Amino acid sequence: MNEQLKKAAPWQRHWLAVVLIGVVLLAVPFVAALGGQAWVRIANFAILYIFLALGLNIVVGYAGLLDLGYVAFYAVGAYVYALLASPHFGLHLPFWVILPLGAAIACLFGMLLGAPTLKLRGDYLAIVTLGFGEIIRIFLNNLNAPINVTNGAQGITLIDPIRIGDFSFADTTTIFGLDISGPQKYYFLLVALAIMVIIVNIRLQNSRVGRAWQAIREDEVAAKACGINTRNIKLLAFAMGASFGGVAGGVFSAMQGFVSPESFSLMESITILAMVVLGGMGHIPGVILGAILLTALPEVLRYGIEPLQDALFGRMIIDPESLRMLIFGLSMVLVMRFRPAGLWPSPQRRRELAESAN
Amino acid sequence: MDTLLQQLINGLTLGAVYALVALGYTMVYGIIGLINFAHGEVVMIGTMVAFTVIVSLAGSGMPPLMILGIGLLISVVVCMALGWSLERVAYRPLRGAPRLTPLITAIGMSMVLQNVAMIIWGRNYITFPPMIEKHIFHIGGATFTNVQVAIVTLAALVMLGLIYLVHRTRLGMAMRATAQNPQVASLMGVDINRVIAMAFVIGSALGAVAGCMVGSYYEIAHYQMGFMLGLKAFTAAVLGGIGNLAGAMAGGILLGVIEALGAGYIGQLTGDFLGSHYQDIFAFIVLIVVLMFRPSGLFGERTGDRA
Amino acid sequence: MNQVRMPGVLIALAASVALIGCGKKEEPKAAAPVAAAAAPAPAEVIVRIGHVAPLTGPIAHLGKDNENGARLAVDDANAQKITIDGKLVKFELLGEDDQADPKTGTVVAQKLVDAKVAGVVGHLNSGTTIPASAIYNQAGLPQISPSATNPKYTQQGFNTAFRVMANDIQQGSVIGTYAAKDLGAKTIAIIDDRTAYGQGLADEVEKAAKANGAKVVAREFTNDKAIDFKAILTKIKATKPDVIFLGGMDAVGGPMLKQMKELGIKAQFTTGDGGCSPELIKLAGEASEGVICTQAGLPADKLPNGQKFLADFTSKYGQIQIYSPYSYDAVMVLVDAMKRANSVDPVKYLPEVGKTSYDGVTGKVEFDEKGDIKNGAITVFEIKDGKLVTLKSEGGAMAAAAPAAAPATEAKQ
Repeated sequence: MNEQLKKAAPWQRHWLAVVLIGVVLLAVPFVAALGGQAWVRIANFAILYIFLALGLNIVVGYAGLLDLGYVAFYAVGAYVYALLASPHFGLHLPFWVILPLGAAIACLFGMLLGAPTLKLRGDYLAIVTLGFGEIIRIFLNNLNAPINVTNGAQGITLIDPIRIGDFSFADTTTIFGLDISGPQKYYFLLVALAIMVIIVNIRLQNSRVGRAWQAIREDEVAAKACGINTRNIKLLAFAMGASFGGVAGGVFSAMQGFVSPESFSLMESITILAMVVLGGMGHIPGVILGAILLTALPEVLRYGIEPLQDALFGRMIIDPESLRMLIFGLSMVLVMRFRPAGLWPSPQRRRELAESAN
Repeated sequence: MDTLLQQLINGLTLGAVYALVALGYTMVYGIIGLINFAHGEVVMIGTMVAFTVIVSLAGSGMPPLMILGIGLLISVVVCMALGWSLERVAYRPLRGAPRLTPLITAIGMSMVLQNVAMIIWGRNYITFPPMIEKHIFHIGGATFTNVQVAIVTLAALVMLGLIYLVHRTRLGMAMRATAQNPQVASLMGVDINRVIAMAFVIGSALGAVAGCMVGSYYEIAHYQMGFMLGLKAFTAAVLGGIGNLAGAMAGGILLGVIEALGAGYIGQLTGDFLGSHYQDIFAFIVLIVVLMFRPSGLFGERTGDRA
Repeated sequence: MNQVRMPGVLIALAASVALIGCGKKEEPKAAAPVAAAAAPAPAEVIVRIGHVAPLTGPIAHLGKDNENGARLAVDDANAQKITIDGKLVKFELLGEDDQADPKTGTVVAQKLVDAKVAGVVGHLNSGTTIPASAIYNQAGLPQISPSATNPKYTQQGFNTAFRVMANDIQQGSVIGTYAAKDLGAKTIAIIDDRTAYGQGLADEVEKAAKANGAKVVAREFTNDKAIDFKAILTKIKATKPDVIFLGGMDAVGGPMLKQMKELGIKAQFTTGDGGCSPELIKLAGEASEGVICTQAGLPADKLPNGQKFLADFTSKYGQIQIYSPYSYDAVMVLVDAMKRANSVDPVKYLPEVGKTSYDGVTGKVEFDEKGDIKNGAITVFEIKDGKLVTLKSEGGAMAAAAPAAAPATEAKQ
């Protein structure tokens, strides 16, 4: 391969692909809107989950630290935004102040979680992170007394949407004769953020730090022997993953206009982890695919099951809601059964798996 | 003093319930290092099956204890079959797969089981028919019932039985060999597939027993009950050192007592800054502190680098 | 390596587009009936009413109950052969599942807006009702919640948000006053389940009880998934309260009552509408004897339409859980507003919803300027021989005076 080409950034080599992706990304919200704004919202949540899954991917996929409490950072980010941009404290700071602040605070929490768990491995780490996630949620749920900080279970309402000058992301504007709805605007914001996190992920993967994470994942003692400061490197993984969660939380808060602790349950952590593992741990396209599938599948099933039962039996045999989650669970089992390394594992990982099977 | 005694009794019973469920987790984990996240759902199915059997036999004129016995028996059999099929269908094909793969499968399975239960037994809360007539005993100012005594005794007996099984029988020896090194064990003539399947079957049978006890103690059942129970029990298993039978028991009891005392005294300890709404946090904080000083739990062996 | 990765991203994105594209293809099918409805049908016009509640997850039983209530209302409305603007109207219920998850709640809300429903009944919990209300408000769709009690829902300044359920403040003050005055409680212990509902109600009860001279000796907490309450009950037992109040659902109250009995606690147990149900009696058995609880609205068996509703619902869907009478009324209020406006267009009939004065199965439904139910009557029940027996109704004037009186008493202190 040509030396120069090798050195060039990927986008220089694949300009056609980049342009194509760009066009597709631009078209998505308008194509989706043909099926109704609900699909734009679903697309938004899918991208939000891509964001979260890629953040968790740093911790789980790269550094191999099983984190079952990732949602805590998401919650921290969401509440930072909610408290600083709502009538609750009467503060209305602009988003470009709050989002980085949310990331920083979440990052702090990431290190707070990381510090006492450095010695733990595997399943012990999993349960401690799980506990950490629950602790954060319980605090959010109860910090309405003696001083009302989070307003408890009742949550925080009327959170400001993201606003640039007079341009608000919450309502419809007409640009060049094209109606762009609130969800569509958030879509573009989310895509921009997602591209940012993808670039960070790619850069990290091939960096010194990325290789150190990989070394820790494969064999921590060997990594230590090679002179890697495992403590700092592990803390860095938690901190980086957490700050992505913080940003995602802030956007979620702005998009919803309301946050309450019930959005940050353990199930949410598990779903995000499932996206990472189902898609292909440590492999960016795989994680993206996992996030899209797990967000879209329940919604597709929501639309699909009733007509399907009608067609098959001519009437409703089992009510569609129970069947929907059942199929969802079953498909998780089946994917793992036939693609144990995930739907789209990294080539390297696939090789390793093939070797260990022999 | 009465209050403290009562809280200890409360904690002990709750702990015994956790311990019964935790034993099921630990049984499987000890042998193949897999967290069977669907175990909570097995417990739930156990309760539901027992409920159905008991309700359908209620009018038959049999003595209540016999009905409970039959319910327990059938639910144990159903759960054993369930455990066996779980292992066969969901986990065995994943035996060389990356560590997180079976975890996701387990989560998927628990979703499936929950929704199947919802289709069969409906969405409503179910009243578990009280088959044991409750007698209330008084000591000091505290009270406890015969059901509580039964739960604690049963948990202890089950644990002793398991320890006997693992340390004194041929199957137990095969289990320990498999836990240590499956390949070598299979070279020594151990049918590891059978051994692992047995671990699941026994674990699920314990789940059924736990389910029946939970049902008769709280007299309530719901298709989602397995999740929280499983989570707490799993915490208990980790606290005691997952994979260690006595550890699961100790972890369960400890967690139960911590929760009871936490809810009872956290307010006084913190000058009413924290109340009983931080009950669950108390348990997790103790867990984190214990693991900071003993990274493999209270009774866990140092697993070295098997992480 | 890089070469492999980039097309990977491309394919992932293509897959996403394909997926969304698929969804898009399915959508017209779902929307088709709407299109058909919009087409000039000569004699019949189909009006869709959306209903949202969690149909999966821990409180799915309540969600299904709400949906059944709304379904019965739609059937009854259709049986009346209502004509609006010269056309025979056929109502259809579009039932959706929000899984009690705020995020799914907004997607589902958008889906209903896309499907051009005429109005929405829902959601069940405040956590999904509030974020969804912004979407309905933008679309100008009236939304009536049968069960969201969080006061903030109607305080957002949306002219589309209504509820047919008394909010926490109204109900809490009745229970608190009843405990202190009628039951003569000197000391009261309050438990809540840390949900938006339980917390809100318990806080109001505490205020009202204090205002009437009772002392709160214990404030304990549990969660809505817990089944073991012995630790907090033991603590409460040591404070020897006259009355215990639970802000929580029947699934919590049932086992709690049994455990109180085992611990030998003799205090009078009281609870709000979440626990004031036949379900509580079923779950607690004998231990439910003597429990005092409240429901918003007038007792269904005392109202002419209430009796019919009870009979119809029970024969069709079995036991009422809690909120189905309210979801029934919510649908009927929408239908009633359409009749008065002589239009099924939300733009035209929305103002009429605010002017509602409707005799429902839970009492008279009228809204105040925020969209809260006005003069919401509260009925106090006692459980006797396994049945809910009416003790008294604090209707109309009384309930309206209570909020006004409360600040006054606070000022006195």
